[in-house]
Amino acid sequence: MPVLIFLDQSDNTIKKTTPEVITYGAKLAAQLGITAEGILLGTVSSDIAALGKYGVTKIHHVNDEKLNHPDGQVYTQIIAQAVDAIGAKVIVFSNNLHGKAIAPRLAAKLKAGLVSGAVALPDMSNGFVVKKTVFSGKAFANISVNTGIKIISVNPNAFQAEASGGAAEVVPFNATINAAKTKVVSVNKIKGEIPLSEAERVVSAGRGLKGPENWKMIEELASVLHAATACSRAVADAGWRPHHEHVGQTGLAIAPNLYMAIAISGAIQHLAGVNRSKVIVVINKDPEAPFFKAADYGIVGDAFEVVPKLIEAAKAL
Amino acid sequence: MKILVCISKTPDTTAKIAFTDNNTKFAEAGVQWIINPYDEWYALVRAIELKEKDPSVVIHLITVGTADVEPIIRKALALGGDEAFRVNASSHDSFFISSQIAEIAKQGNYDLIFTGKETIDYNSSSVGGMVAELLDLPYISLATKFELNGATATVTREIEGGEEVVEASLPLVVSCQKGMAEQRIPNMKGIMGARTKPLKVSDPVNAEAPTSIISFETPPPKAGVKLIPADNPAELIRLLREEAKVI
Ligand SMILES: Cc1cc2nc3c(=O)[nH]c(=O)nc-3n(C[C@H](O)[C@H](O)[C@H](O)COP(=O)(O)OP(=O)(O)OC[C@H]3O[C@@H](n4cnc5c(N)ncnc54)[C@H](O)[C@@H]3O)c2cc1C
Repeated sequence: MPVLIFLDQSDNTIKKTTPEVITYGAKLAAQLGITAEGILLGTVSSDIAALGKYGVTKIHHVNDEKLNHPDGQVYTQIIAQAVDAIGAKVIVFSNNLHGKAIAPRLAAKLKAGLVSGAVALPDMSNGFVVKKTVFSGKAFANISVNTGIKIISVNPNAFQAEASGGAAEVVPFNATINAAKTKVVSVNKIKGEIPLSEAERVVSAGRGLKGPENWKMIEELASVLHAATACSRAVADAGWRPHHEHVGQTGLAIAPNLYMAIAISGAIQHLAGVNRSKVIVVINKDPEAPFFKAADYGIVGDAFEVVPKLIEAAKAL
Repeated sequence: MKILVCISKTPDTTAKIAFTDNNTKFAEAGVQWIINPYDEWYALVRAIELKEKDPSVVIHLITVGTADVEPIIRKALALGGDEAFRVNASSHDSFFISSQIAEIAKQGNYDLIFTGKETIDYNSSSVGGMVAELLDLPYISLATKFELNGATATVTREIEGGEEVVEASLPLVVSCQKGMAEQRIPNMKGIMGARTKPLKVSDPVNAEAPTSIISFETPPPKAGVKLIPADNPAELIRLLREEAKVI
């Protein structure tokens, strides 16, 4: 009765969140005194067995290139077969885009209780209680899962990947694969860009920058810090930056290790999407900007003077 | 063509988030309620746009909630739905809510079911996927564009580091986010008309709730900001490396 961890991949590459969820699943399995196993669908070009170092002992692999593009319905059917075949008790996903497409379906299919957006291991002192973020990061809820089979999807970057063990045993899993009812007709990836949802560092800027032409210095700062770029809603609405960079209550919620907010006022709806970041840096010319109350470090100053100096200093590292 | 749009009631984005009853209940006193922004701005408005292009489109709204959600569902009707359903139950469990929606959906034979990407209070992003599974339909999550060509939908959705375009035949469940449509404000004609649009109330079907909320917590307050002089940004970079250890 192992913990089963969904090993997420895209473009034949294991996702960055996968080691995080393996670490989570392995610790959970240790709490329960059972083993942690993984399920991987599709072909992957890297050494799968090496994922064992994060704590999975066995990986069930459906090595079929038809599965390289996840279809929620087909994936759900296959994972349900695996849950059945190996008698999994708890299934762990990343609460990333694939997790959001698959975990709820699987929960409905298995009639399993789902906690999506978990930020901590379950507390089993009185049942099975998992802490998750609610109110867009402004609070947490402790959710009791009352079913035999349980599903947890873990927020990206809420749990640090830890390598310790050795290689996993990789075994083929023979699944019945139905034809997908959705078809991917085109994929448009922005080359070289760090995906915002996976980024450990984010440099974000707001309306105080006055126009899209002033984003060059933001992109440069992001590049020297190996950070993704983001923006406030005001900026995305004005069309200065693409919608997918919009963070906040009605945009993407992120929790990077470093969030640097430049010329953003820190409206409550903006803070809701970024306040779980580990370290927040605010650069604003207005000392009264509400963002300073949520910040760890701050500079009261003009972004057009401060940012070029930050780039110089970061380059000198 | 029949579209079912799922509508949820959430606290206003500026509402104070606090809890009562030993941190087991959200403190509702003084809270303003709104239609969940993703449901309103993207799911509902996109459905309305489809109806504007093809007047034969029928839009039904569904909400699971007690009588106090009625102002919210009337506001949604004022924006544009034709009629609404309210399943008279209160729950925070996504599976329970999805079971109610799936039941109404089965009776109505919808071509399309739209939800918002998530609610801004419980943030589970689960109802769309669960409803799709209960109805055995394909589900396209986190859509940023939606086009119809006969019975084929072409949907753009967010993927990590970009977007992809997916095709599927109706019927279909789609969760909607920014890009799908633009926020609208109901006009006087809509508000007047909404008062007389049908709002059918039904009792919930039996469904267990696999999860329950035990308690809430608020994050500990920040220790306070450390200010660095504007003429010495290099000091900030040093602190981020040596003290915070994030770069
Ligand atoms: C229902 C709802 C949902 C919302 N959801 C979101 C959301 O998800 N995300 C979001 O971001 N917003 C959201 N908003 C909008 C939010 O309320 C703010 O309006 C928005 O975040 C403001 O963006 P901003 O900080 O870039 O711009 P502004 O508020 O205009 O602030 C600009 C800041 O730049 C500073 N500044 C100006 N010039 C300089 C300079 N040269 N150097 C340094 N600093 C400078 C100013 O002091 C100011 O603090 C939402 C609003 C509503 C009502």
